Amino acid sequence: MNLHSLTIHELQEKLKKKEISSVELTESTLKRIADIDEKIHSYITVCRETALEEAKKADAQRRRKGSHSPLLGIPIAIKDIFVTQGILTTCASKILNNFVPPYDATVVKKLKAAGAVTLGKTNMDEFAMGSSNENSAFAITRNPWKLDCVPGGSSGGSAAAVVADECIAALGTDTGGSIRQPAAYCGIVGIKPTYGRVSRFGIIAFASSLDQVGPLTKDVTDCALMLEAIAGYDPSDSTSLDCPVPPYSTALKKKSKGLKIGIPKEYFIPGTQPEVEGAVMEAIRVIEKTGVEIVKVSLPHTEHAVAVYYLIATAEASSNLARYDGMKYGYRKQAKNLTETYLKSREHGFGPEVKRRIMLGTYALSAGYYDAYYLKAQKVRRLIKEDFDEAFKSCDVIVTPTAPTTAFKIGEKTEDPLQMYLSDIFTNSLNLAGLPGLAMPCGFDSKGLPIGLQIIGKPLDEATILRVAYAYEQATDWHKRKPSL
Amino acid sequence: MSLTREDVKHVATLARMELTQEEEELLTQQLGKILHYIEKLNQLNTDKVEPLAHVGDIVNAFREDRVTSKPAIDPLLSNAPEREKNFFKVPKIIE
Repeated sequence: MNLHSLTIHELQEKLKKKEISSVELTESTLKRIADIDEKIHSYITVCRETALEEAKKADAQRRRKGSHSPLLGIPIAIKDIFVTQGILTTCASKILNNFVPPYDATVVKKLKAAGAVTLGKTNMDEFAMGSSNENSAFAITRNPWKLDCVPGGSSGGSAAAVVADECIAALGTDTGGSIRQPAAYCGIVGIKPTYGRVSRFGIIAFASSLDQVGPLTKDVTDCALMLEAIAGYDPSDSTSLDCPVPPYSTALKKKSKGLKIGIPKEYFIPGTQPEVEGAVMEAIRVIEKTGVEIVKVSLPHTEHAVAVYYLIATAEASSNLARYDGMKYGYRKQAKNLTETYLKSREHGFGPEVKRRIMLGTYALSAGYYDAYYLKAQKVRRLIKEDFDEAFKSCDVIVTPTAPTTAFKIGEKTEDPLQMYLSDIFTNSLNLAGLPGLAMPCGFDSKGLPIGLQIIGKPLDEATILRVAYAYEQATDWHKRKPSL
Repeated sequence: MSLTREDVKHVATLARMELTQEEEELLTQQLGKILHYIEKLNQLNTDKVEPLAHVGDIVNAFREDRVTSKPAIDPLLSNAPEREKNFFKVPKIIE
């Protein structure tokens, strides 16, 4: 048995019984990274020495009496978008290739306080802009199930690290599907919580009204444990919600009997890979057998979500990324005067997708176009949110595919940005409406690539999503499959 | 609305980003295609719809303007592309 292939809850038992130590577990996981990451490129930075020190501390803490966090001594990977004190934080961009943050993101602080071990920082699409991890300035992450396929993005490094057992669990961020789509492509569990559920303080901003932090894990129980540890109000993030955090890990075992599951016809459309639709329909039948009622719902503005998303996300990004000017930190290209220095630093510091999005966002906000694009998008954003408000009058959760296809080949969509954007068609709406959504495996296609199910909940009702997900997981064994590497 | 190469140049100036000739050409084409897709939003009548900027019904979150953490100067300045003593060194602003 390899320690690195176990879940948080399995390891927690072993640590509690003193069958293993965190140092052994951390060593095992670091060895796994050393053995296979050359093939996968999940990590940008591996923190070997500090991880072992943290593991030693965790073991010492466990020897003390008292109750311990379920994350004590558990090795975790952190997407390179979270600022980590003293650890290189690049956001997979050349413009931050030497940035060592002077502070920790709130969620990183919370994980440290729980005694988790930081293994390193995972690869991603530059500034979280992408659906394939091909936009990293450093290396393309590969899908552990099929090395010539993408792991999804932008939290592709985190998702690949989880399924390849290069960590026990990971942190990601999701602005338009960046946790759920890679979770689906890699066959693991990932949740994007309600907007405001988890603090955004210390995550490098992409689109501030859409960004949210969430875990990527090997199963639903681990997802609940991680969410419990990171959720909650943070005075440093004025958009975080001051609401109590339910005990997700115990709530998920409550029977799902009696719940109403909505199925929206707009998520079962031509263009979806037939095997994906088939697996999701089969999953719905399995969920139905857990005693829930299936109801039809409609989300009529779904087809407009990608257009709205790419206006709002890029507009906010163009403003957020104005800070990279080569003055106080990050890459500076010296030039003959101040303006030239800005122009050159940004020309050389940003990659093609980031430039494309800054351009689109700047255009959408520019004089003469604001009403036609940005304002229009904000109006349709309301219609999308109202669709969900209406649908949730007749159901408790909504079940859909996470993405229209399984993982695509590396290079397949790089020439056509629009095709790449459309791979987020089933995930974008949730960010626009601020809703929680979970992705989990529900089958494999004929190429052996995982298929993802998406469970969408009402605002702040992650607990019900997790209940349905847990009941489904109990009835299936997709989450137990591992790629051979 | 079709996007011209002049538009792309103008927007690049607004975004303080220099583009190569090839980038200008490619972006004119790619952004044009994306904008064409986005224009399908015009099929929807939104005359009576209020724009939604943010999903939370939050109002301004005021707090006392007090220093709560005072980071050491060195870790902050260690990221500076150029530094002089305890200051960021930047190119001259007024010529």
